[in-house]
Amino acid sequence: MIWRKKSPEPPAEAPAPVVPSAALTIDALGRKCPIPIIMLAERVGEVPVGAVISVLADDPAAFTDIPAWCRLKSHQHVESYELPRGGWAIHVRRQY
Amino acid sequence: MAYLDAASTEPLHPAAREALLAALDVGWADPARLYGSARRARLLLDQARAEIAEVLGARPDELSFTTSGTQAVHLGVLGALQGRRRAGRHLVVSAVEHSSVLHAAGVHEGAGGSVQTIGVALSGRVDLPSFAEAVAAEGVAVAALQTANHEVGTLQPVAEAAEACRAAGVPLVVDAAQSAGRLPIPPGWSVLAASAHKWGGPAGVGVLAVRKGTRWRSPYPEDERELRRVPGYENVPAVVAAAAALRARAAESAAENARLSALVDRIRAEVPRVVPDVEVIGDPVDRLPHLVTFSCLYVDGEALLTELDKAGFAVSSGSSCTASTLRPSHVLEAMGVLTHGNVRVSLPRGIPEDDVDRFLMVLPDIVRRVRQRLGVQ
Ligand SMILES: Cc1ncc(COP(=O)(O)O)c(C=O)c1O
Repeated sequence: MIWRKKSPEPPAEAPAPVVPSAALTIDALGRKCPIPIIMLAERVGEVPVGAVISVLADDPAAFTDIPAWCRLKSHQHVESYELPRGGWAIHVRRQY
Repeated sequence: MAYLDAASTEPLHPAAREALLAALDVGWADPARLYGSARRARLLLDQARAEIAEVLGARPDELSFTTSGTQAVHLGVLGALQGRRRAGRHLVVSAVEHSSVLHAAGVHEGAGGSVQTIGVALSGRVDLPSFAEAVAAEGVAVAALQTANHEVGTLQPVAEAAEACRAAGVPLVVDAAQSAGRLPIPPGWSVLAASAHKWGGPAGVGVLAVRKGTRWRSPYPEDERELRRVPGYENVPAVVAAAAALRARAAESAAENARLSALVDRIRAEVPRVVPDVEVIGDPVDRLPHLVTFSCLYVDGEALLTELDKAGFAVSSGSSCTASTLRPSHVLEAMGVLTHGNVRVSLPRGIPEDDVDRFLMVLPDIVRRVRQRLGVQ
């Protein structure tokens, strides 16, 4: 029983959560840490300030590391949405 | 080779080596028998027990020797749960406990018990109000909290947690493996676990102490050894050596802790100055004297450790980017800090200052090279 931070389980009958759209989607599915963060750091400048980037990732480290990157780089972690096939859409708002 | 991994194991203290060699000659007989050589072994064993008990703040009859810190934790947690079966089946632990605590909790869960995990702050310190609230609830059998975290060095508020446990009538299991022999044991524990190889004793000696009046029942089949708490024949020479190391450490610790802590402060200040995009993690003040952890953005932790090894530095990492572990460290995850590019530096007793200087000198270039290989500018 190693403790893991999990996003809350949706109730059984609830419809799949609607993932809001983003200005840019980065597909890092199948990529191991720290590649998803490197991809995000490289491309954050491609969207206007205030816009949202969605990083699709399934390395469990990304779930913690992308919000941590946002904290270190003073961007905003908006939300992490669980994907039906595993992994997350991790939404990040460019702040500057 | 500069050894910077004391948190994994501390090199054998010279006092322990000497005691071990002497005790191999005079302490080999069965301490449970009645002839001269056996009585000698018994005497050595009980003298070591008394010495270790004194340093750890326990009574000799409260203290038993196990084969490792892990075994002491397993017996401590599961024995305390057994002893409290009638009071409840709920176990409260912090999210950053050592895997030995969490694996014992897993066994308890598998047997129908429940486990509640209390989160930690960004520093790794357990959320004390939540911990206190959790232990005060109905049906709590046992709580467990470490003295200091093994991955980031943050000290836990054990005395305060113990006070909350006492008020609720819940026994607290304290895992002191990382701090015993370095810092005084905080008051208030019901069950205490520690490990000799972490303080400069030999491998194969753990310590389990059960406070008088604490209900505790061994989860193992019955055995006469070690006050009926730990099964199997005692390793008397190793126990004698463990006591010698602990005594020596206790005598040296004030001066050596201050020296190591100043070196850690230097690493904490210098690393972010010489390496871009790095975060030093763990509490900067309420921490172990000899341990510092930092995470480098855009770095593959395994490549970093390999390069440091090539340059002559033995360090460890809680990173997930290693072939052997698929999941990130549960400690770093619970803290919400970067789980990749992680380096834990833990200074052994007597480390030359020069080793730290050289580490700080080679680190920036190694990080730069590892980043370059990943295509990071
Ligand atoms: C906090 C903590 N508890 C328990 C243990 C287990 O001790 P041992 O290595 O003696 O089995 C360790 C060792 O890594 C530890 O750091």
